[in-house]
Amino acid sequence: MEHYLNLAIRSIFLENMALAFFLGMCSFLACSKKVETALGLGVAVVFVQVLTVPLNNLILTYLLKEGALAWVSPALAKADLTFLAFILFIGTIAAAVQVVEMAVEKFAPGLYTTLGVFLPLIAVNCVILAGSLFMQERDYGFKESVVYGIGSGVGWAIAIVAMAAVREKLSYSNPPAGLRGLGITFVVAGLMSVAFMMFSGIQL
Amino acid sequence: MNKHHREALLAPILANNPIGVQVLGICSALAITTRMDKAFVMTMGVLLVTMLANVAVSLVRNHTPGSIRIIVQLSIIASLVIVFDQVLKATLYELSLELSVFVGLIITNCIVMGRAEGYAMQNPPLASALDGIGNGLGYGLVLMLTAFIRELLGAGKVFGFVVLPLAKDGGWYVPNGMMLIAPSGLFIIAGLIWLLKTIKPELQDKE
Repeated sequence: MEHYLNLAIRSIFLENMALAFFLGMCSFLACSKKVETALGLGVAVVFVQVLTVPLNNLILTYLLKEGALAWVSPALAKADLTFLAFILFIGTIAAAVQVVEMAVEKFAPGLYTTLGVFLPLIAVNCVILAGSLFMQERDYGFKESVVYGIGSGVGWAIAIVAMAAVREKLSYSNPPAGLRGLGITFVVAGLMSVAFMMFSGIQL
Repeated sequence: MNKHHREALLAPILANNPIGVQVLGICSALAITTRMDKAFVMTMGVLLVTMLANVAVSLVRNHTPGSIRIIVQLSIIASLVIVFDQVLKATLYELSLELSVFVGLIITNCIVMGRAEGYAMQNPPLASALDGIGNGLGYGLVLMLTAFIRELLGAGKVFGFVVLPLAKDGGWYVPNGMMLIAPSGLFIIAGLIWLLKTIKPELQDKE
């Protein structure tokens, strides 16, 4: 249990996808003008992340790893298909996003209109693919990948909501003309990332 | 080379820079710019993948139904990235370990996807190839500049060669550790954007 809790804390704070690895920066910068949209996107990312990381973990364990195909026929026991990981991962993600989109449209029309354009965009958000790639690189088991999916998604959501809150206040400030817009947002993100570095000592 | 082609090649380098102006492909620009060799490999990867993906997408653009174009583009890009990743693992194994997941993340690098969707879907292969090269160069320019500043000030080196001898090795330069941690990339890119928008005031945001 403690191991999983530790993993969750690590993936939310220490290895925050947005502020420690700078992943998903495009939507992090583009969709963080209002807290409301940021929250919507954050929730959607958590949702997709929780779905795809364990799913990709199963694909990796039962289809791609060396010897993983032994359950199909002993002749395939030596097959190593890990080089196909990229294309299968992105396929799973695109399919999962499509399913989530249809499910949300059917069962929560209110949420669907709020998330609108962001849902399909999540398929090409690097946080999602990075979650699966880190899972592969660090050899997480199935349960670990569930925890990691939740943790990395929640961490990213926290970061984008905090960023949006800062930017709402930022609209009252008056930076130099050249820094206005993108430039000052970068500076804010940098300062937030420095702030998140204070978590680096935490361990359970 | 006519005017249209020249524009496709040259505009993205400064005036329509993918990182500074179009806000595309920032993720990798921050994480792998601690050393110039890493930034160089990444630039080559993005440049080649963007160019080839643009050509491929442009070739099939008239046969791709709108509803499945994202999947088509993603599978083209993913296949190209797999090839690049395998070549990198075979030739520069240690560097590929250090780049870890970031090679795979070229798939979701918004520059590749954004140019395939925004340019190659409407333009013929040759112009698309030039656009891909231009955007790759524009991306590489920002990446190499950032990596140059970070490696020089953070470790006193350029491409791994000692330029400023470090104090701990008997030289005079005391490295700035701040440059090697992740947030410094954000500050440097913010500075570069500030510079670009000061040189070209027409790019500045309106109130």
